[in-house]
Amino acid sequence: MTGRDSREAAFDRTLGHVLRAGVLLAAAIVAVGAVVYLSRRGMDPVDYQVFRGAPPEFRSVRGILTGVQSMSGRGLIQLGLLFLVATPVARVVFSVAGFIRQRDWLYVAISTTVLMLLAASLFGG
Amino acid sequence: MTVLGLTALVATGSVAAGLLGALTGLGGGVVIIPLLVIAFGVDIRYAIGASLVSIIATSSGAAAAYVEEGYTNVRVALVLEIATALGALSGAGIAVYLRTDVIAITFGLVLIYSAVQALRPPSSEALADRPDRIAAFLRLDSSYPTSAGTRDYHVRNVPTGFALMYGAGILSGLLGIGSGAIKVLAMDRAMHLPFKVSTTTSNFMIGVTAAASAGVYLRRGYVDPGLAMPVMLGVLAGSMIGARLLHRAPPARLRQIFAVAIAGLGMEMLYRGMTGTL
Repeated sequence: MTGRDSREAAFDRTLGHVLRAGVLLAAAIVAVGAVVYLSRRGMDPVDYQVFRGAPPEFRSVRGILTGVQSMSGRGLIQLGLLFLVATPVARVVFSVAGFIRQRDWLYVAISTTVLMLLAASLFGG
Repeated sequence: MTVLGLTALVATGSVAAGLLGALTGLGGGVVIIPLLVIAFGVDIRYAIGASLVSIIATSSGAAAAYVEEGYTNVRVALVLEIATALGALSGAGIAVYLRTDVIAITFGLVLIYSAVQALRPPSSEALADRPDRIAAFLRLDSSYPTSAGTRDYHVRNVPTGFALMYGAGILSGLLGIGSGAIKVLAMDRAMHLPFKVSTTTSNFMIGVTAAASAGVYLRRGYVDPGLAMPVMLGVLAGSMIGARLLHRAPPARLRQIFAVAIAGLGMEMLYRGMTGTL
């Protein structure tokens, strides 16, 4: 038995919607942050030759959220990047849900395993 | 240079990176790292952070179209993602015992060798229509669109593909980039997937691989918002253009582009291994 049936195609469309919504939301937030950042700092000189690391407030979720509250352009950019990182993770979550709906227990197990391994490396590292 | 000037130039280069990344399944990193390091003198750590952002943006930006059009084999991707995730976890654990420069040089040589191999499609004997028991159990066989209509294909050598993906996971944990190349090669060479299925399924998978290590890079300060912003927006635009072009691109031409790209990646790995900039 080969080929994709209509249920599978509908499932693929759902995954496509999740991915597209995730990146467009992320891009919109980054774009707003870019406007704020460029309007304030556009004429400043930049230099990335020496590694100092991103400012500490933009290295953690809590710091980024604080930056967003004070309408920091770079805080908004980092928030958009967090949404970008969350998009592939959301895709795996939707895969699990999709396979549960299809009662495809083999792939419920496989996609759940992927999700657990992903969580282990996201929160363990 | 001013912030505005750098933003405009990096965004322009990133469009090209996203386009190439989406068509080859390699992600944007192949272009982003040399572009930032060589053309703009950016420190390699900032470049690695930007590359990570570009991989996720290319993957998710192009994957929506590829999945809907039926190129991506979602089941193959999920099965192999177990192997890459396991590899990435063990890669982080063994990193302290290994010399990353030796690994980078070895990987560079393997990529240059693979570039020559990748130019030739797998032999017709290998494409023989015998079903594979493991692939049948996992229901991996599928179909994909071609210029001559929808075509069915069989998946082969799942254990070999799984083992190679485990290796790809270890490497991406150790070196930060390069896992897309092994993913495409494993699916194309070992598992005998059609080339466009291999590249789009790799493209689908690399976002998850990159997202898994995003937390580490963010905490280390590799992801600078001023640099990541033009990379993300440019790469995303490029990947969406690339996804529209794939339908018309002849597979033989895609193989050539892929071969040139991984040869370039191989040379980059040799250089970084020899200069110790990992």
